[in-house]
Amino acid sequence: MALASSINCVETDLTAEFRDQFLLTYQHMLLSRVLEEKLGSLYRAGGRIVGGVYLGKGQEAFSAALGVQLRKGRDIYGPLIRDQAGRIAFGEPIIDTVRTYLGAVTGPMRGRDGNIHRGRPKEGHMAMISHLGSLLSVVAGGLFARRLAGTLADSIGATSIGDGGTSTGAFHEGLNMAAVEKLPIIVSIANNQFAYSTPNTRQYACENLVDRAAGYGIDGMTVDATDLASCLKAFRAAAAKARAGSGPQMIVGTLLRLAGHGEHDDASYIPDKARQSPSARDCLQVAEDYARDHGWMSSADLRELNDEVRRNVDQTVSKVSKEPAPDPFKENWQALSCAELVEGQHEA
Amino acid sequence: MSITYLEAIREAQYEALREDPSVFLYGQDIATFGGAFKATKNLSKEFPNRVFDAPISEDAMVGMAIGAAVEGARPIIEMQFADFSSIGFNQIVNQAATLYWRTNVPCPITIRLPSGGTAGSGPFHSQSMEALYAHYPGLVIVTPATVEDAYWMLLDSVKLNDPVIFCEHKFLYYHLKADQIGDRELPIGKARIARPGRHATIVTYSAMVHEALRAAEELQLDGYQIEVVDLRSVKPMDTDTILASVARTGRLLALGEAFPWGGVTAEIIARVTTDGFHLLDAAPMRLNSKDTPIPYHPNLWKSHRPTTSTIAAALRRLLRN
Repeated sequence: MALASSINCVETDLTAEFRDQFLLTYQHMLLSRVLEEKLGSLYRAGGRIVGGVYLGKGQEAFSAALGVQLRKGRDIYGPLIRDQAGRIAFGEPIIDTVRTYLGAVTGPMRGRDGNIHRGRPKEGHMAMISHLGSLLSVVAGGLFARRLAGTLADSIGATSIGDGGTSTGAFHEGLNMAAVEKLPIIVSIANNQFAYSTPNTRQYACENLVDRAAGYGIDGMTVDATDLASCLKAFRAAAAKARAGSGPQMIVGTLLRLAGHGEHDDASYIPDKARQSPSARDCLQVAEDYARDHGWMSSADLRELNDEVRRNVDQTVSKVSKEPAPDPFKENWQALSCAELVEGQHEA
Repeated sequence: MSITYLEAIREAQYEALREDPSVFLYGQDIATFGGAFKATKNLSKEFPNRVFDAPISEDAMVGMAIGAAVEGARPIIEMQFADFSSIGFNQIVNQAATLYWRTNVPCPITIRLPSGGTAGSGPFHSQSMEALYAHYPGLVIVTPATVEDAYWMLLDSVKLNDPVIFCEHKFLYYHLKADQIGDRELPIGKARIARPGRHATIVTYSAMVHEALRAAEELQLDGYQIEVVDLRSVKPMDTDTILASVARTGRLLALGEAFPWGGVTAEIIARVTTDGFHLLDAAPMRLNSKDTPIPYHPNLWKSHRPTTSTIAAALRRLLRN
């Protein structure tokens, strides 16, 4: 029986452990925001970043609240475009982000792919391709193989998508398969109301995307994705249920993308009405206010944290800027791991 | 006692499952039912919890195999028909084929495509997809034409650390038999001289090898000795063996059952004319299916694909030039 419910953070649930997780997640969000602002300014300055820059501004709480539930090396994470915060929370060092954006040969993608298309699959961080929805079955497959090998234990998988990505066949096929196999996977849907420029009304016809959970026979929850406390509660509950064998968990977060699709996009198609709605609250600010109101952080703590994060980002960018770009003459140009089967090594 | 091409595929999967606990099978109707063609007959009984029915979701089937491969498994995916792999196309060419190059993590998956035409199968149960997949970097495309190759190349495919598109021809499933499976003779990537000759070379693969051999028999009555090269794998393509054959005969007919635009036969001609133009005594020829969808009625189907008589006619033209 699928369950659609809504999460509201109740004051009595605020244990010390929750506070620690909240503050940790907030740090991931802040680091993500500062890092992405830096990447945006490098992009606008021109020359350093080829291709686009895709920001998760406004989605940090929803993204990081999932990432922080996962354990690198034990869980499998398939993040998407706006999951810088989630990737940090999962344990990706920001130098991997910067190296990938700058195309450094030292990075995980070695200049072969860029920006958000990065990962270290052997560490459980899947590297997204651009075809939306196609990572869901891949994460599910990793869990399936572990179950076959008897190594699943309490590990789970998680993958993210947006409102637009839920319209793909791959998303449907992957989620249905994961449901049939009752795999421990969290599917987080950031409904940021616009898929590039296309509004929800041109994307789906159900009242709420979470209604679809019942059709898949899985649990579904909605959450105010601008509110970190609610997001943490939702994803903690989902992770616990997935680990306990309850099968796929769908979480739909409502928010607004506070940036363009990429930095090339001024998002002029987002109407003022949407920009003034509660879903347009900046989750970083909401989290800051929440922490301050609960006496968990002072303004001085916040300033200190901000300075530290900025130093970290600046130092990382500066270090990577001195690293070598890929050299086409040192590139092996082999798409197969079996070198003896590689073609085209003899052309003129 | 004899073994068919189809039984060889079943036996290879049996052996792969027996040899390596990381191998599992995933596909539609392949568990208790044993597959639409019975290529996995009894395997779910013999290997409990290793052979799984999949939903009708070719995209998710391939995606799942990729994720499993990252975790160290060696999945074999059965597409019910090669034609339906178009639904899994994105996962195959964009996810599986690029994974190693992007992330340095190999993707050892084998995707079995029951390929090619049989009478009455029509436009959507008859296709040959090898050229499409061969176009993309990062995939190995094998096209066995013999019972031995069906067996050994499938076993070899499962052991390869790269994604393999295993194009098995449905026309050969029941008709092609061997007394027994002989020893492994050639690795993937090496072509085989299926018949030696000196007047012209046919380079082909899969079921067309047998049509080519019959055409060569026919030409022998006219005193011509036709060499037939069985590519075995279309990617990698064994250009050296092709060129060596053309060096012996001076004439080339590139033959394939697939659609005519681009594709394997065009690739053969391109390689021979660029690397071996001086070896040719006549302009090379190509023979493929017609450029229409594959027809249903046997009368139309037989005229759509190359047959012994159209191959023989092409050879006669080639030898006159």
